[in-house]
Amino acid sequence: MTDSPAATTVTREAAVLAYGEALRRRTAIVVGLGVLCLVAFALDISTGPSALPLRDVWAGLFNPDALTPPQVTIIRDVRLPYALMAILVGAALSLAGAEMQTILNNPLASPFTLGVSSAASFGAALAIVLGLSLPFIPPDWMVPLNAFIAAFASVLLLEALARSRAAGVEGVVLFGIALVFTFNALVALLQFVASQEALSQLVFWGMGSLTRATWSNLTVLAVVLLAVVPFSLRSAHAMTALRLGEDRARSFGIDIARLRFLSLLRISALAATAVAFVGTIGFIGLVGPHIARLMLGEDHRFLLPASMLTGALVMSLASVVSKVLVPGALLPVGIVTSMIGVPVFLLLILRRPERV
Amino acid sequence: MTERYAESLTIEGVSTGYRDRRIIDGLTLPPFAPGEVVSLIGPNAAGKTTLLRALAGLLPAEGSVRLGERELMGVSLESRARLVTYMPQSLPQRVALTVLEAVIGAERASAVDRTEATRDAIVGRAMDVIERVGIAHLAMAGLDHLSGGQRQLASLAQALVRTPRVLLLDEPISALDLHYQLKVMKLVRALSRERGMIIVMVLHDLAIAARWSDRVVVLSGGTVAADGPPAAAITPEVLAKVYKVTARVHSQPAGLHIDIEDTLPL
Repeated sequence: MTDSPAATTVTREAAVLAYGEALRRRTAIVVGLGVLCLVAFALDISTGPSALPLRDVWAGLFNPDALTPPQVTIIRDVRLPYALMAILVGAALSLAGAEMQTILNNPLASPFTLGVSSAASFGAALAIVLGLSLPFIPPDWMVPLNAFIAAFASVLLLEALARSRAAGVEGVVLFGIALVFTFNALVALLQFVASQEALSQLVFWGMGSLTRATWSNLTVLAVVLLAVVPFSLRSAHAMTALRLGEDRARSFGIDIARLRFLSLLRISALAATAVAFVGTIGFIGLVGPHIARLMLGEDHRFLLPASMLTGALVMSLASVVSKVLVPGALLPVGIVTSMIGVPVFLLLILRRPERV
Repeated sequence: MTERYAESLTIEGVSTGYRDRRIIDGLTLPPFAPGEVVSLIGPNAAGKTTLLRALAGLLPAEGSVRLGERELMGVSLESRARLVTYMPQSLPQRVALTVLEAVIGAERASAVDRTEATRDAIVGRAMDVIERVGIAHLAMAGLDHLSGGQRQLASLAQALVRTPRVLLLDEPISALDLHYQLKVMKLVRALSRERGMIIVMVLHDLAIAARWSDRVVVLSGGTVAADGPPAAAITPEVLAKVYKVTARVHSQPAGLHIDIEDTLPL
């Protein structure tokens, strides 16, 4: 082909330049997504049933004396935690989805579509109804912890199934749907036996909503994210290699069993914490990574952070929509994300015939 | 070029297979010499891919595989991957990575040497192998836009960038046209001669195996049916026994001329 040295040199330099250019472009996209998240966040805290213009919101955050105490309360204890929760939950679910899609080699995978969120809500419901507690564990952590245990069990099941040759990509999704039904039934059973007080808490999981965001919840979720993200990013190279086939990745020296196990731990922690605080919010973990992949490709050094940002962005915008769609009413945000997510899910299913 | 490897690969009493059935039982071969190009041939289900995967450490196996004095069985995948690279038959189709990214990813997946390299050096090394397999013009093309043959060349570039001492190729030319089949065979031979790399490849085309290998190992039912220089391993008797065909084989200056005449009853 290109056997003459001159031609070769040109191609090579062009490739080096093009690669550098591609890296810069991706960095720019990630930064751009970050900026968009900030804009969406600002939009989110300045919309709501009580009409407060952005200027007042700003004052409420930094100069509370300028506003009435109720206004300050709305901004500091309602809008700000909701908006932050939207960002954090979006980032957590989307990162979990991105890792799941790679680890299970399944473009339809996400905590919601494969039943991990349902498992987590069952775990959370169990903790509430039985009033579980452990010594040395603060009550705020008990519900997410139990959600995590249930989520992790479901992820281990999914992974065992994904590795057995019997189930193809669709088989895993069908199994996930079976998990959704199973855990929903179990949650319904818990509701049946639950006390009136516990019941009101449980109903909330039926539709994911940001209305239970509190500062202590936010802290727990932020701590989990901060603990998980560095490990995710450190395994980015290995995950990129895994996309090229398991044998190949192992032959490059990657311990796939270990990579899978640790990734599943992270996925469970992220999905469980998100679910414990906001209920099952569907499809963010599916939509976020796919948007990121379309923009940036599958170099996981970029795909993982970008997925977090797209997830946060979509979630934040969904939160805005949930406030303005029906004037005066606050829709559960899970309804909005499902309206966005279901068409994407169907599109992904219909687009896949050529791959076995 | 650079350092020339001088260790031979010794395979002694290797048994391997899958959970419910053993494919290879106590296989022993005379050592593969440094710089030797070895072809594994044999009918379907003879255990060729299984043997390669076991040598790469991808299948649980018993016995001894040594490179020089180093025992490879039981060492971590990461240490083994510094010496041995396996190129599977297929590269997934729908992966949103460019050829260059895939090759860089292969090198970075686990450090081949521990020294940190600059980005230019990493890209440069990747482009070296991409040029050598002849797809420099595709360096920035997405794997999902390549033909099967082009993906196979990208896959080869991934294996080469790791500069292994032992390169295991599973049907490296199955999707290639004649031009690239020859190009890859010439490249394989050149690498073995320059660096003393041991190359073990599964091939289906007997004429190509005969023309480009120093040594041919014929596997059948998990055991060695013949082993030696092409003219000694590919004989009418072996072909009749292993493939159930009648054939005439003539030695020629450019290799063996093999005429497959008819099938024998199974």
